Amino acid sequence: MLLSTPRSSADKTAIKVAVLLSVGSHPLTGRGRRAEQDARALEMALALPQADAQLIHAGRLNDESEPALRSYLGMGPQQMTLIQQPKQADVLPALEKHLRQLGPKLILCGSRAEAGEGSGLLPYLLAEKLGWPLISGLAAIESVDGSSATVLQALPRGQRRRLRVKLPALLTIDSAAPVARQSAFGPARRGQLAEVDAPVQMDTEQEGWEVQPARKRPKRLKIIKATSARDRFKAAAAKSEGSGGQVLKDITAAEGADAVLKLLMEEGVLRVSS
Amino acid sequence: MSDIIRRDPRKAWIARNRLHPEHASVLAELGMGDAQPAQWMGPNGVMRKDPHRVGFIGPAGIKRIDRSGVQGAPGQVQARSTAAQDTRTAVLIAEPAFHIVVVPDMAGGRLSAHDRDLLGLARQMADKNASAQGAVVAIVFGELKEDSWGEAGIDRLLHLSDAALEGYSPEYRIAILSAAERELKPRYWLFPDSSLGGGDLGRRLSVRIGERAATQVWQVDLESETPRCTGRGAAGRKDITRDLPRVLLALAECGEPVSDTRHEAQAIQLQQPLPEQLVRIEDLGAVAVDPASVALSEAEFILSGGNGVRDWDGFHQAARVLGATEGASRVAVDDGFMARDRQVGATGTWVTARVYMAVGISGAIQHLQGIQSCDKVIAINMDPGCDMIKRADLAVIGDSGEILSELVKRVDGLKQENRDVA
Ligand SMILES: Cc1cc2nc3c(=O)[nH]c(=O)nc-3n(C[C@H](O)[C@H](O)[C@H](O)COP(=O)(O)OP(=O)(O)OC[C@H]3O[C@@H](n4cnc5c(N)ncnc54)[C@H](O)[C@@H]3O)c2cc1C
Repeated sequence: MLLSTPRSSADKTAIKVAVLLSVGSHPLTGRGRRAEQDARALEMALALPQADAQLIHAGRLNDESEPALRSYLGMGPQQMTLIQQPKQADVLPALEKHLRQLGPKLILCGSRAEAGEGSGLLPYLLAEKLGWPLISGLAAIESVDGSSATVLQALPRGQRRRLRVKLPALLTIDSAAPVARQSAFGPARRGQLAEVDAPVQMDTEQEGWEVQPARKRPKRLKIIKATSARDRFKAAAAKSEGSGGQVLKDITAAEGADAVLKLLMEEGVLRVSS
Repeated sequence: MSDIIRRDPRKAWIARNRLHPEHASVLAELGMGDAQPAQWMGPNGVMRKDPHRVGFIGPAGIKRIDRSGVQGAPGQVQARSTAAQDTRTAVLIAEPAFHIVVVPDMAGGRLSAHDRDLLGLARQMADKNASAQGAVVAIVFGELKEDSWGEAGIDRLLHLSDAALEGYSPEYRIAILSAAERELKPRYWLFPDSSLGGGDLGRRLSVRIGERAATQVWQVDLESETPRCTGRGAAGRKDITRDLPRVLLALAECGEPVSDTRHEAQAIQLQQPLPEQLVRIEDLGAVAVDPASVALSEAEFILSGGNGVRDWDGFHQAARVLGATEGASRVAVDDGFMARDRQVGATGTWVTARVYMAVGISGAIQHLQGIQSCDKVIAINMDPGCDMIKRADLAVIGDSGEILSELVKRVDGLKQENRDVA
């Protein structure tokens, strides 16, 4: 067989990694699909050497969700655990119970769901319930040993920060992580969805909510606070121009370089310390 | 000499006739040169102006009067320019009825536009009931450069700085926020829903204090009998309207920034000492990222080359030494000097760099569109009249190759110095 043999969970060195997966929805058509961030989380778990990835979804299995869930199986793993939950259920107690039984070292999940409330609170709630540390915005897992993991966190502007976290820990992944591999049809068909029963607790608070398709946000108007008519007119008619910067003419290249260097230093974009 | 004042009717007439060729000399002789002011208070309390004595001759040779007083008769200029003073009224809330806590992101040590919007929203919520006004408390961490706290609408400022707060320290920060929750008992908590700062901290706090936060909030309705808020859900495709919870994570432009009041920004402290923290997340510091691997749209510092670059090896070396991400104009890409994914502009990438350095780029409109949201633009160009120079904050007129190699020399020198010191 071409596929590498799956690591057995009995393998002593394997680190159990639970990946929480949800049913996503396409941004334009709204059709079910694998959720973008969750797929990246799964990718990260699959790419981790010595990891034993456990796929977990809490929800229902029906015609709509099955193709989406199977597309995770199309990425290679052979089984997914499906914790049975009805539509408006609060999946937190069921997930917590299952995860306590499973006892993984790491939990990976997307930072925000693509359907439903999509508040991104679930990982935080879960971490609080389990009493585990949580790191958000993960870009990569560098190494995992018995008691800690070294990870890279994505900062704005493509920057990265290295963090070490004590295990067990919960890590959330957003779009800074590597893109998920393609889902193949054959493995997706063959993979197993193992259904598990779990206690159900309904989310009653949502009943008081009004949910509508997103409205376009009003564009912010430029408010001009000027006392005289002339200033108001000028502000309304003004073309946005550059701040009228400094122009250095008839200088030597050395002087020009000095001026540029000074500005770069002021802005703090130059890293000369390395 | 008799005491009788004699008038010369002819001179009086010339003095009245400002078109008379001898008008000025006669005025001077009569001592009336500057006798009549250009403006004076009229009998009815209205300011009167002599239109002949204000204004200036415009470029087309026509007399112009600039009523803003910016330009005009030399004597008037100083008097008027002092009028542009701070008109904000100072507001003091000594006994607040309640507290609203805002935890701004303070990206780069300053209040961001998002933070200011949030403070504006907090202000709106605090001032809703004029008889029981609340106070806006800002909790900020670490080294800061901001100094306009009061102007942003902050009544109380809780500033904590501590070596343990540098870098990523969410657990410590949450301990501080929980202490603030106990001591101030704020009516609302407001966080910017940004991916790392407020978005992370706000969610942590909301689960810690057991309050279901409203996330991605973009509208708060204070007028209905129970205040409600609207936030995005389902990855931005749904709007969820619900009763206002105690913890709000709001998007940018959720409120208007405060502009016409100035607040006290009184420093406050936490009364109780903080409990000892167990550190489970350790910050090992920033990782050096290869600037060439950073996506152009995300890059902080871009060195962009155009048709005016002759020495491309020198250009690449400069980018490497400066630690800049490389960009290019379309001509440079079309001529094969740069890869297509490096093109900046309308048909390339819209960049958001903090510093954009354009070398030998004329600044065609298609290119300028792409750099609209850059903070500082540096231009190096031979042609002082080109459009890039008009856009630039600093423009150096000269040959790109020479200036870049001088720059590289200097930066290399600095690096060498630092290495010697270390
Ligand atoms: C539909 C359309 C879409 C386009 N989209 C884009 C786009 O997305 N991005 C883009 O960049 N362009 C785009 N263009 C092209 C754009 O109109 C300009 O042609 C292009 O930006 C000019 O590139 P440039 O400034 O490098 O070259 P030039 O206009 O040739 O400018 C070269 C500059 O270098 C200076 N110079 C010459 N020698 C030296 C030297 N030794 N040292 C210093 N300076 C020197 C010159 O003074 C001049 O100012 C588009 C055009 C069209 C029609």
